[in-house]
Amino acid sequence: MKLDCKHVWEHISEYIDDTVDAKLREDIERHLEHCEICSAILDSTRNILVLTADDRTFELPVGYSERLHERLAKEMEDSEKDSTKE
Amino acid sequence: MRTTEAHEAGLIARVLAGEKELFHELIRPYERMVYLTLFSIVKNETEAEDGAQQTVISAYRHLASFRGDAKFSTWLTTIAINEGRKRLKKAKGAAEQSLEEQAESHEGDFTPAPLTDWREIPLEALERKELREALRVAVAELPGIYRQVFALRDLEELSVEETAQALRINPGAVKVRLHRARIMLQKRLVPFLKTTAPARRGFFRRAP
Repeated sequence: MKLDCKHVWEHISEYIDDTVDAKLREDIERHLEHCEICSAILDSTRNILVLTADDRTFELPVGYSERLHERLAKEMEDSEKDSTKE
Repeated sequence: MRTTEAHEAGLIARVLAGEKELFHELIRPYERMVYLTLFSIVKNETEAEDGAQQTVISAYRHLASFRGDAKFSTWLTTIAINEGRKRLKKAKGAAEQSLEEQAESHEGDFTPAPLTDWREIPLEALERKELREALRVAVAELPGIYRQVFALRDLEELSVEETAQALRINPGAVKVRLHRARIMLQKRLVPFLKTTAPARRGFFRRAP
């Protein structure tokens, strides 16, 4: 089957996740071979995902981990006190 | 070789048996995930950090109720989501529609932006701070139901099944929302990419 661009866009996310069936994958790939527009859309979407997964894009607040474990340690201490009171 | 899950199951059993200090070790690999889950809901650093701490404490207190039929990471994410939603509700009051009620059926344009003079972001462009900033802003501006699915799938790299479980929606909805989120981001970021990457005519290369 010959796909049009719109059809390819509808499946772009599943194509990236590799959850399209073999036949559709083949059709999409055939389309991509000659369609610069869809190839560019696919690459740009993929690159956005690469950037998203990069730890430097979404950073944690400085000292987050230390504060988290401090609070947890305090919680453990407090629950200890509670249980020894009884 | 021990798998992560077997290792975790061992840690959990030991924490429950009294070696509670090991809980620190148990949650360490998920600190980032817990924070980002909270942040994707409350969109505020202070609230997200406070919520993340609360999530971890809550998980510690209720560890005995972890059944092991879901992965520990999914269980923890579910607690984080509930914590985030609680905070969001409190912050926005009753007037605000709850996240669960937001349907994804509202009309929207989920067509990607075409670009003909650009094929891939050169590595230098991916290194640019402005692009990261643009992506952070674009993600923050996604409607909540899309942002949460995007955060769990593409930021925290949960599977479709795990995401569905954590958000209590069906896998089909995860796929639809993820697709739309990605397309919306692509559309938002194309202008940044276009201006940073020169046209390279006759140069054809796609990631395999």
